[in-house]
Amino acid sequence: MANSLLVETIASVIASAAPLVFAGVGETITEKVGITNLSLDGSILLSAMAGFAAAMLSGSLLVGVITAMLVGALVAGIVATGSIALRQDQVAVGFVLTVLCTALSSFLGKPYVRVPGPSMPHLPIPYLADIPVIGPIFFNHDLLVYLSYVVIFGTVFLFNRTQLGLRLRAVGERPEAAFARGINVNRYRYLFTCLGGALVGLGGATFSLSVKLGWSYQHTAGFGWIALAIVIFGGWNPLRVALGAYLFGALNSLASILQPAFPTVPTQVFQTAPFAFMILTLLIMNGDVLERLPRGSRWLRKLLQGQAPAGLGKRFQSD
Amino acid sequence: MFIELENIHKHFGRVHANAGISLTVPEGRIMGLLGENGAGKTTLAKILSGYQTHDAGTIYLDGKQASFRSPAEAIRAGIGMLHQDPLDVPALSVLENFELGGLQSGLRKSRASAARLQELCKRFGFSLDADAAVSSLTIGERQQLEIVRLLDQGVQVLILDEPTTGISSPQKVLLFRTLHRLASEGISIIFVSHKLDEVEQLCSSVTVLRRGQVAGSLESPFSPADLVLLMFGKALDITERPDVPLGDSLVELRDGTIRTYRLTMDHLTLELRAGEVVGLAGLEGSGQQLLMRACAGIQPLAGGTLAIAGQDMTRKNYREFARLGVRFVPAARLEEGLISGMSIREHYALIDPNQGNVIAWGNAQTQAAEKISEYNIVGSPDSLVQALSGGNQQRLLLAMLPEKLALLILEHPTRGLDIGSSRWIWEHLLERRLQGTAILFTSTDLDELVKYSDRVIVFSGGMMSAPTPASQVTSESLGYMIGGNLR
Repeated sequence: MANSLLVETIASVIASAAPLVFAGVGETITEKVGITNLSLDGSILLSAMAGFAAAMLSGSLLVGVITAMLVGALVAGIVATGSIALRQDQVAVGFVLTVLCTALSSFLGKPYVRVPGPSMPHLPIPYLADIPVIGPIFFNHDLLVYLSYVVIFGTVFLFNRTQLGLRLRAVGERPEAAFARGINVNRYRYLFTCLGGALVGLGGATFSLSVKLGWSYQHTAGFGWIALAIVIFGGWNPLRVALGAYLFGALNSLASILQPAFPTVPTQVFQTAPFAFMILTLLIMNGDVLERLPRGSRWLRKLLQGQAPAGLGKRFQSD
Repeated sequence: MFIELENIHKHFGRVHANAGISLTVPEGRIMGLLGENGAGKTTLAKILSGYQTHDAGTIYLDGKQASFRSPAEAIRAGIGMLHQDPLDVPALSVLENFELGGLQSGLRKSRASAARLQELCKRFGFSLDADAAVSSLTIGERQQLEIVRLLDQGVQVLILDEPTTGISSPQKVLLFRTLHRLASEGISIIFVSHKLDEVEQLCSSVTVLRRGQVAGSLESPFSPADLVLLMFGKALDITERPDVPLGDSLVELRDGTIRTYRLTMDHLTLELRAGEVVGLAGLEGSGQQLLMRACAGIQPLAGGTLAIAGQDMTRKNYREFARLGVRFVPAARLEEGLISGMSIREHYALIDPNQGNVIAWGNAQTQAAEKISEYNIVGSPDSLVQALSGGNQQRLLLAMLPEKLALLILEHPTRGLDIGSSRWIWEHLLERRLQGTAILFTSTDLDELVKYSDRVIVFSGGMMSAPTPASQVTSESLGYMIGGNLR
């Protein structure tokens, strides 16, 4: 009995972390190509709202999801254009967009606040869902959750196994060297910033259509900022970014489980604990601890080490 | 493939970097492109390899007119360039860098690439670990990787810009052997350098540039005097090092231990007297940098004692060393020595101890202007330090030092500078020595070590040789010791 409760909890962590996985992996792709899209918290809100509204008005979930992705890609496209074509500071553009998108989502989303609407249907995968433990944890969700697995492993594959991914990384690490090898640096940056933004939008849609159904003011409650932090936490490695998203989800559930057990402790402690834990983990993973690992554990160090792409935020022009 | 350049022009603002250059690069030969810093060599190399476009003039490849809008187009036409600072991606692995830039798409064909990489490395005697991160390689190894990568792309002409700066002596030997071999296989090589001896050793013909124009071309064998005459337009006289009576003992390091993540050094002993010049030789990372940093109070000692001018400085920091007149001039001029983004005037406002909380810009301006003329720096008080040439950055670093110093520690004081600038730097340093300043320096240029040091110490893998009077060593015997034969 206790066992099945645990399985259920883990399954709910997996499902509720899906938006964070999309947004975190999306931002990882964007930053890997050398652009920081700081507008995440705003664009995830706006796309959550747009996705929900579009799905409701059209009656089609697919239209909702695609709308959200387009909104995310559009906002990311503004960051890319501002940085590449208009030569503006990425941080400033991203920050202003955060505020703008947040305000837009409240304004445009007014008619949809707390209106019941469509949601992703529950869709257990035949056979796979019947595997004990694994089945209920991973294969007893909706399509968007399954898509989040595809995105994680697809991105790992893209980065490590394809020419496109290799070039993408070269552009983010050292654009001059990428240019010397015949890569159109700025075209790559537009393309992958928008692709990353589309995934952020998908995260927004997953929020309003699958995790926290519907729309309300400040619906995603700061998840964009968490996603940005998780990218750093994950050392710009999509697999680790996803793990970070799940860890954050687990800490959140843990807090809500522990809260009733300790009625004397103020609830705020449990609400903020996950954030403190995240900071602590960040310190451990990026601090001296790695230096003290035994010499033989090269692979472990490689796995845990995370370096920001060297060309992140650097503007490139060929002369 | 043979190349003809006809009347190439390139302007940067008001600077006419290439002013009508015409030359021919024969097939399967090594051609030297010699000139002082700022003579227009790198600009010409970049034009030829597609990094820069020329304003006027024509490039002919095998008699056919050609023009490149990007390095990729130049590589496709068969021309590849190896930059002074290898233009690779340090965060990626050796194999990933090797694969990058091929025309293939879709999935990576790592196994096939690894086989080609290994085969090329074997052919030239390079040992590169395909899985190592490029950031962990030495400059010499990164060069080797770039060479095999460009060959894999099918280049027929290889341009090397100052390739011997920052690489070890064995790597240099291997590089030269590789270049000879490539030339014998029909690859044309353009060797851009300001080092006369290397051009003499390697090239079968040389073209000398001066102020953006061809000063002359010579066929091997060259006489150094002719080359110098072409480079500078006048003969340089050799500076003699005046003998200076050595003063009192200044630095006393006894049984020192330095421990870092990479290297542990034990039983370090060093004595330095006022007015003495000690040169430290050795491959990069053999311990000479650590010893210098320990003497400057930047690298803490894990054991032993260090005294400067009779005072125990074992656990003191750089500020307290500085109070005794110790200064450290790092090799990374722009990263560690100067503050990129600030002007010369702002640097003087920063270092002047008489400046109060409200900056007296007039004083800073006067000081900057005085030092600029005294040290022949090409720039104005408003010039941003990163816009200065390497030689002028080094002059500025020296100009910012206090008049009176006890100990001056310099990493690679003339790295990347042409002969004229190097000579100027050393004249200045030897003058300081007359005032009793002791000098501790490293260099990869063995001739420089032999010429300017009173004593030379060789480092190898954290071991330190006994100090040898410079009169008893030659650059050959030093090279032998650097290779690990300290005795």
